[in-house]
Amino acid sequence: MAYTSERPPRAESSDDLRARIPGWGVDLDPKDRPSVPKLRIQEDRTGAHWEFPERQEEKWPRERSTEHKFLTPVFGTSCPPHGISGAMRRFAYRKYSEARAAHWLLLLAADRVDAGEQHLRSLLTTRPDNPITQTGVRSEVFAHGISARIGRKRADVRHHPLDPIIVAAPWVVAAGLVVKTVRSVRRRRR
Amino acid sequence: MRAMVYRGPYKVRVEEKDVPVVEHPNDAIVRVTLAAICGSDLHLYHGMMPDTRVGMTFGHEFIGVVEDVGSSVVNLKRGDRVMVPFNIFCGTCWFCARGLYSNCHNVNPNATAVGGIYGYSHTCGGYDGGQAEYVRVPFADVGPTVIPEWMDDEDAVMLTDALATGYFGAQLGDIVEGDVVVVFGAGPVGLFAAKSAWLMGAGRVIVIDHLEYRLAKARTFAHAETYNFTEYDDIVVHMKKITDHLGADVAIDAVGAEADGNLTQHVTAAKLKLQGGSPVALNWAIDSVRKGGTISVMGAYGPMFSAVKFGDALNKGLTLRMNQCPVKRQWPRLFEHIRNGYLKPSDIVTHRIPLEHIAEGYHIFSAKLDDCIKPLIVPSGT
Repeated sequence: MAYTSERPPRAESSDDLRARIPGWGVDLDPKDRPSVPKLRIQEDRTGAHWEFPERQEEKWPRERSTEHKFLTPVFGTSCPPHGISGAMRRFAYRKYSEARAAHWLLLLAADRVDAGEQHLRSLLTTRPDNPITQTGVRSEVFAHGISARIGRKRADVRHHPLDPIIVAAPWVVAAGLVVKTVRSVRRRRR
Repeated sequence: MRAMVYRGPYKVRVEEKDVPVVEHPNDAIVRVTLAAICGSDLHLYHGMMPDTRVGMTFGHEFIGVVEDVGSSVVNLKRGDRVMVPFNIFCGTCWFCARGLYSNCHNVNPNATAVGGIYGYSHTCGGYDGGQAEYVRVPFADVGPTVIPEWMDDEDAVMLTDALATGYFGAQLGDIVEGDVVVVFGAGPVGLFAAKSAWLMGAGRVIVIDHLEYRLAKARTFAHAETYNFTEYDDIVVHMKKITDHLGADVAIDAVGAEADGNLTQHVTAAKLKLQGGSPVALNWAIDSVRKGGTISVMGAYGPMFSAVKFGDALNKGLTLRMNQCPVKRQWPRLFEHIRNGYLKPSDIVTHRIPLEHIAEGYHIFSAKLDDCIKPLIVPSGT
């Protein structure tokens, strides 16, 4: 026990465990563990045949961390920045390093603005956002949403009611702002 | 092509997108034959990871067939059936040269603190992922491996992240013969970490969660002793009681940013995004492990600050070890373990969902409906 030098006795011996559990102890020797030691020169370079990779073409000014010396030779090209959210993202990358909370908070804020921009844009298309199909909430019916939660001693059930609020809140706020603006304009005209 | 597309927190849909093209001489284009939703995808889905852009395709666990290769690719050819590690890495930077593929410095312009990951926000490089019919695979000579003939597709896709990460997590625990190992979280990574702890000689493996069906799986699949933390006033005290008040030798956090067990922590992190993650499981790990013990963190956290009990970790003289798993480094040994029958990763797969129904797949996995442990995504036409 903790209050004396003796280690608490084991419930099962190594021989018992080896007999009960397939593969017990096959990686007992750290030499058999692929990530031991942490830093180990990889002689095969895992297939790489360059000292420094060729550079991918930069088709638009690619945002990058101020902690990098230069644009990395390879990078993702999904979703170039655009609109207000794009301006916020470019500013966050240009102005603040990864060490600054402002960097991450701005990027999080830009994510919310991006969602708003894209939702509004979708209303002008033949396929507007649909919160019913896109949230997958219909699965509550065929995947036993009620019985999965009731009487299951689940800790997460307490905050599940917040999820629809998170999804709906931006729409409710936006609708409120529209109503308020329309009323304000009408009042001024009178 | 058809691809999953993020539309904002809690919303995804399938859209028609352009088939990706070779953008670098060492790119490959892979036709996805099987993908998976990872627990860490839920952090993106819930809007927790900074710079997750509307329009991005998620998915860092996938296998497929090579459709096209760039001019400098020599190790793969069209038609090869390949498994792709979730890490994108160059193979030659300071970090890759030393085996830290997950920390590659040549693939992520957006951040130096994390490498490149498929479909995991611009914070991880801005690459589209594999929950689609096709995906661009950079450094095709370095990352992907041809799937051995004898390996099942479902085992192969589990090797691209979940199994490798769980196995890596057990290694970071520096387990010695007879150690008491406690794993927080009975999701895919926790189950694999528990199973791997035995391979490394653990004397006792304990798994903690609040989902009974997952704890049942931990008992049968990972031979673990299990406890539901909702049944105890204080799971840390219970852990002390069942370890003769010494504490576990090793604790593995296989939960990460959306941990339950403390409503304030969960809401501030997962709902209000005021923390990089809810560190409930990590704090329990710190408090449950014995003084001088080791914590291995496999759960994913965002780059922002989190309310971690660092003072306890200091005062207890703990060793905290963590990283994103360098997947390919684990593969040769894991191939042996699967072939020898010590591991059967596809045993934890519970759902096989057509790509067209991925919105339902995300909701089922996120809300833990239908006893979901691991959902696979089957692209159209596969």
